[in-house]
Amino acid sequence: MAIILFLILISLVIALGFLASFFWAVKSGQYEDDYTPSVRILFEDNQKPNKNTDL
Amino acid sequence: MLIEQQTAQSTPSQQVCKHCKEPLEQEPILFADHAFCCNGCQMVYEILHGNELEAYYEMDQQAGRHQRHRAAVDYAFLAEPNIVDQLVDFQEANRLKLTFLLPDIHCSSCIWLLEHLDRLQAGIISTRVHFLKKTVSVYIDTSLTSVRQVAELLDQIGYPPKLSLAGKNETKTNPANRRMALQVGVAGFVFGNIMLLSFPDYLGLQESGFQELFGALNLLLIFPAVVFSAQDYWRSAFTALKHRHLNIDVPIVLGIITLFGRSAYEIISRTGAGYLDSLAGLILFLLIGKWFQQKTYYYLSFERDYKSYFPLAVTQLLSDGSQQQKALDELEEGNRILIRNQQIIPADAILVKGEALIDYSFVSGESESVLKQSGDKLFAGGRQMGGSIEVDIIRKVSQSYLTQLWNDAAFKKKEKGQASQLADRFGTWFTRIILSIAALTMTFWLFVDPSVAANATTAVLIIACPCAIALSIPFTFGNVLRILSRNGLFLKNTHAIEAIQTMDTMVFDKTGTLTSAQQAKVRFIGEPLSTEQVVLIKSMVHQSSHPVSRQISEMLGKQTIILPDNFQEFPGKGIQGTIQGQTIQIGSADFIYRTRLPKREEAIKQPKGTYVKIGQMTIGYFKVQQSLRKGLSTLLLRFNKQFRLFLLSGDRNREQAIFEPFFEKGHLQFNQSPGDKLSFIRQLQDAGHQVLMFGDGLNDAGALKQADVGLVITEDINNFTPSCDGILEAKHFEQLPKFLDFTRLSRRLIYWSYGLALIYNIIGLSYAVQGLLSPLIAAILMPLSSVTIIAFGVISSSVLAWSMGLKKDDSDHFAV
Repeated sequence: MAIILFLILISLVIALGFLASFFWAVKSGQYEDDYTPSVRILFEDNQKPNKNTDL
Repeated sequence: MLIEQQTAQSTPSQQVCKHCKEPLEQEPILFADHAFCCNGCQMVYEILHGNELEAYYEMDQQAGRHQRHRAAVDYAFLAEPNIVDQLVDFQEANRLKLTFLLPDIHCSSCIWLLEHLDRLQAGIISTRVHFLKKTVSVYIDTSLTSVRQVAELLDQIGYPPKLSLAGKNETKTNPANRRMALQVGVAGFVFGNIMLLSFPDYLGLQESGFQELFGALNLLLIFPAVVFSAQDYWRSAFTALKHRHLNIDVPIVLGIITLFGRSAYEIISRTGAGYLDSLAGLILFLLIGKWFQQKTYYYLSFERDYKSYFPLAVTQLLSDGSQQQKALDELEEGNRILIRNQQIIPADAILVKGEALIDYSFVSGESESVLKQSGDKLFAGGRQMGGSIEVDIIRKVSQSYLTQLWNDAAFKKKEKGQASQLADRFGTWFTRIILSIAALTMTFWLFVDPSVAANATTAVLIIACPCAIALSIPFTFGNVLRILSRNGLFLKNTHAIEAIQTMDTMVFDKTGTLTSAQQAKVRFIGEPLSTEQVVLIKSMVHQSSHPVSRQISEMLGKQTIILPDNFQEFPGKGIQGTIQGQTIQIGSADFIYRTRLPKREEAIKQPKGTYVKIGQMTIGYFKVQQSLRKGLSTLLLRFNKQFRLFLLSGDRNREQAIFEPFFEKGHLQFNQSPGDKLSFIRQLQDAGHQVLMFGDGLNDAGALKQADVGLVITEDINNFTPSCDGILEAKHFEQLPKFLDFTRLSRRLIYWSYGLALIYNIIGLSYAVQGLLSPLIAAILMPLSSVTIIAFGVISSSVLAWSMGLKKDDSDHFAV
């Protein structure tokens, strides 16, 4: 049964790790803008003028 | 696919401009196999084409906006280091970061183009767009480019930055939201873990050793929630108690203390598992409610003062004849400055040279522009509608007649707090009752069975914690805020909702509020125009971007357009050109008659209007009349039944008769200065009334601030609006009675939800007073009551909105 104690403590530590990364994410301003990234992700990378040559 | 593209390109008889997609009315301008409606659009395309950025047009169908009516802006003032310093976010060595406000950002193409700005100018390292705020943060290498060049580039591609005296304040971020996010995060973390550790106790499992361990862990976990997450409640409760009154946060804090105390006792003395799961849940739900109650409008600001209306800098004329850009803050008495067409007079000044035609409508409410002569005083905030003028400053910007208004105590008084009056009154009553019940319970049990006394009393205080009650207003009114904003009325916070519910008097401004320059009617006075004359006039006014020209153009509708020869525009006076051999002049009486009536005074005696002269004959004139907003009479009649109405206008009383039917005798006042309006509101309040002020311009700023609710109406939410509690989009003006009704009716929903919450409290109390409360029951009742109240609040307000015909979705606006 000591294993339960161990598991609980580990899960708490991991949960604390997540809390810490949440703090980091908020403090580094990742939630300042929660809309533009959704648009940005759909852009194609670096369109060069020659891309239609194969058509 | 390549073949299809080529075919499309070889037929330049497309119907729309390649850039702005507007129909081509006149001879299109051709460039690179595409047609454009004007030089502006063509120039933007040229820039994009030359830098292989044509993907701009593919991402969003309506990427470009028409460039025909762009004002020419001079960014020379951005070359001054001290002006740039006011705008810069970050600066060191060769690097500089700056955020521009670009009201023209409206689609994904905009984001794409602006984030590829580095392709258009060497020295731009990176750019990042915040779409909802409509800003772009630019990171540049100052050895290769400058702030001024970036601004000019943005202007050239169709995204002119909006720069005002408010400087960085226009684009700054709000740090308070971060703290709340962290608080919610911690509360959620604590709640989740404590629930997990409390499960064995719910299921009645009794493994020795683990019980103590879980209890200890719970006790450890609850600390951050109580100390950090619940901070604001402690502060609010203690402030209230210090001032010897109660609010809704006092019983909440009482509940927190009791829950914690009793649980700590039980865990340490090993007599029980405690109620820490309920406590964690309580804190989490309260914070979520607070979060929901705050509605963030990214692009709107309810805090603007005059600084957002004024430009950053003006052109100063030095004694040696040279020009220099001077920051508005640094303007001194005696400085001579140059003001061009459409520019704003920054401070009280005396006209020295040039012809001034000043539009004061936004500043004083006067609907007609005033002609001023050399030696006349000009007031800050007016807009010059003629050619360039030179003026001598007589007062600093902050001491000018208009801006002095901001020194009034009304602007100094602390922000009307976020606290809900309704909730606080209820909280006062509620606390007293709970404390009485607790006291009664204690005395009862001390007599009957002392061992139960502590248990029962603390149980009463625990179960009575007004979690559900405290959630009612945030969720119900928070939903009301959201519904209203989808329909075109943007209220600042729930406090504005409560103020609307308790008001009894409405004060209206006239110019720009009840009347609209945009909906102005244009009439032609003279012999009826022949088709040929209409075509001639339309061809002429189509070339000019002056507001009156545009109004005439719109009134004449779609006509053939012939490009005039020798077209000339004389700012503030008129336009002139030749079509098919005939010389056409359109403009003020002064402009038309100057060859026949050399004396200026005689010209002024002619009725005011925009005259049309074709060849040698003056055929008549156009008269622009301010028109009342659509639906005004219905609206005023409706409000007349519910509230006392007043009209305060800065204009002269020429059109008094139009408004008289709607207001009681003596309730109409004209020639009101901004200070007069403020005092009037104050007088009403001193007489015990709750006042709603409805205005639009800077001249209403004082009254809006002083009133219990200040509402501003605007044609375009991109425009400047003075500090207020709510912004109404002009196109939804007719629905204002419906909006106010909805807001007022939502108060009843709160009463219902309070009733519902009390039922839960009574059920819980029945267990508590008997000493039968267990952690399990508490853990069920509290979330259950909270969820019920939340659901009731949100659903009932949505149903109410739907039954009143209010819109549910965001079809009109783009995620404000």
